[in-house]
Amino acid sequence: MALTKPIKSLWEIPREERFVGGHAACQGCGAALILRHLMKVVGKDAIVVNATGCMEVISTLFPRTAWRNPWLHLAFENAGAAASGVEAALKALQRKGVLDKNRYIKVVAIAGDGGTFDIGLQSLSGMLERGHDVMYVVYDNEAYMNTGIQRSGATPYGAWTTTTPVGKKFRGEWRPKKDIVGIAYAHRIPYIATANPAYPIDMINKFIKAYNTRGPSLVHVLAPCTPGWRIPESKSIEVAKLAVQTGMWVLLEIENGKPKVTVKVRKRRPVREYLKMQGRFRHLKDEDIKKIQEMVDKYVEEINRWVGEEAIGPVEEK
Amino acid sequence: MSTNQEKGFPERFLGKKYPETMEDLPIAAIVPWPGSTLDVTTHAWRTFRPVINQDKCVRCRLCWIYCPDGAILEVDEEYTTSTGKKYKVSFKVDYDHCKGCGICANECPVKAIEMVPEMK
Ligand SMILES: Cc1ncc(C[n+]2csc(CCOP(=O)(O)OP(=O)(O)O)c2C)c(N)n1
Ligand code: SF4
Ligand code: SF4
Ligand code: SF4
Ligand SMILES: [Mg+2]
Repeated sequence: MALTKPIKSLWEIPREERFVGGHAACQGCGAALILRHLMKVVGKDAIVVNATGCMEVISTLFPRTAWRNPWLHLAFENAGAAASGVEAALKALQRKGVLDKNRYIKVVAIAGDGGTFDIGLQSLSGMLERGHDVMYVVYDNEAYMNTGIQRSGATPYGAWTTTTPVGKKFRGEWRPKKDIVGIAYAHRIPYIATANPAYPIDMINKFIKAYNTRGPSLVHVLAPCTPGWRIPESKSIEVAKLAVQTGMWVLLEIENGKPKVTVKVRKRRPVREYLKMQGRFRHLKDEDIKKIQEMVDKYVEEINRWVGEEAIGPVEEK
Repeated sequence: MSTNQEKGFPERFLGKKYPETMEDLPIAAIVPWPGSTLDVTTHAWRTFRPVINQDKCVRCRLCWIYCPDGAILEVDEEYTTSTGKKYKVSFKVDYDHCKGCGICANECPVKAIEMVPEMK
C-alpha cells in the first residue's frame, strides 16, 4: 500500500500515477479523478475488479489500459461476485504456498451506481454477507452514463435523464435516491463511508481506512459527470463542493457500526445553489426546489440524530 | 517449446502493441502493457489550453490534485518569482494528455492559470 497512515496535508499524496492519462473519459470527469486518487492510495499490491460502466470503458479501449495494476473486466452485474472469487483464490494460493503468505494483496472492486444500486445489488449483498476481504468503491454519477444517461436507483429526485424526461405528466425523476449506505449498514460490515472528490484529504483517508479494513468495506463517492449533469467541464469540483455545503451529500463514516460526520457543515447553503448549476435540474420550478429543500432538511435531521450532534447546521441564505 | 517458437511465442500469446490484423491480437484479450493509454494523446480534444503563470503560482498543488487526466505535472524545478520568492517545485501542463476541461483554472485560488484559445 502506498499510503498507510491518515494524511493531514495535500502534500502527502504520492506523485506516482497508477491510473494514468490518455484514457477516454469526458473532459472534467469526476469519476476518473476519483480513480486517480484511489490508485495512488492502494499502490501496487491491489487487484482491481471493475464492473462495466464508464470507468471500465474509458480506461481499457483495447489493446490499451490506463491501469498499472492487475485489472479484470467484468459484466455489469457481478463486481461483488467476481471480487469474492478473486479474494478466495488469493487465499487458496497463499495457503498452498504459491503466493507469499506474508504479502498482503487487496482486492478492490469498482462499480458505478447502476452496477451497485441496481443490477449488482445481490452480488454485492452476497459479498458483504460472506465477509470477503474486499474494498468496494462505488462511484456515483447518479445515472447509467455509459449507455446514454438512463436513470438508476441513485438518480436524485427531480433530475432529468433520458428515461425520466421532462413532460406534462412527469418532470424528471419522481422517486427519491436509494440509500446504499443504509443497505450496506444493514449487513453489519466493519467499514462504510461516503466521499467526495472536492474533499481530497477526507476521500483519501477513507480509502486508506477501507484498505486497512480486514473484511468488507464500502466507499460511496459522488462523481460529477459533465454531460450527464449538464454542467460545464470546468465546474465538476465546484458542483461537488456545493453538494456537501448544501447538505445534499453528507460526508459520513461508519466504523464498526459507529456513525460519524467527518466534514461538518456549520451553516448550510440552500439547495437551490446546487440545483441551479446543473442543466439536469433546469426544469425545476420554485415549488419543486422547495420540496427538494424539505427532503434535504429531513435527511440532515436524520443524520444529526444518528450521529448524536448537530454535525450539519441550518440553512443560511446569503 | 519449438512449436511455441514456430507460433511466435510469446508474441502470439501477448499480441502486438500495435495490432494490424486479427492474428496480432493477444489471446484472451489480455493487455500486457500497464499504463499504455499514455501512448494516446488527447490534445486534439481541447478548444482552450491552460497556461500557468509561474510567477503568480503559489505552489498550492490544487491544480495537480484536481486534474482528472493527471495532466498537471509536478516537477522538481526551482523557481524564483519576480518578487524574490523561491520555490522548489513547479507545476507544468502535460499538453499531450490535457483535454482542456479548465478545472485547474477554475480551482486555482490565485487565478494563475489562464485558458487560452487553441489556434491552428
Ligand atoms: C446485463 C447488462 N445489461 C445492460 C448492459 C449495458 N450497460 C453497460 S454499462 C451500463 C450502465 C452503467 O451504469 P453505471 O453502473 O451507473 O456506470 P456509469 O456508466 O454511469 O459509469 C449498461 C446499462 C450490460 N453491459 N449488461
Ligand atoms: S459520461 Fe460522465 S462519468 Fe462517463 S466518462 Fe463522461 S463525465 Fe465521466
Ligand atoms: S485543463 Fe483539465 S485536463 Fe487540462 S490540465 Fe487543466 S484540469 Fe487537467
Ligand atoms: S492551483 Fe494555481 S497556485 Fe496552485 S499550484 Fe496550480 S497554478 Fe499554482
Ligand atoms: Mg452511473
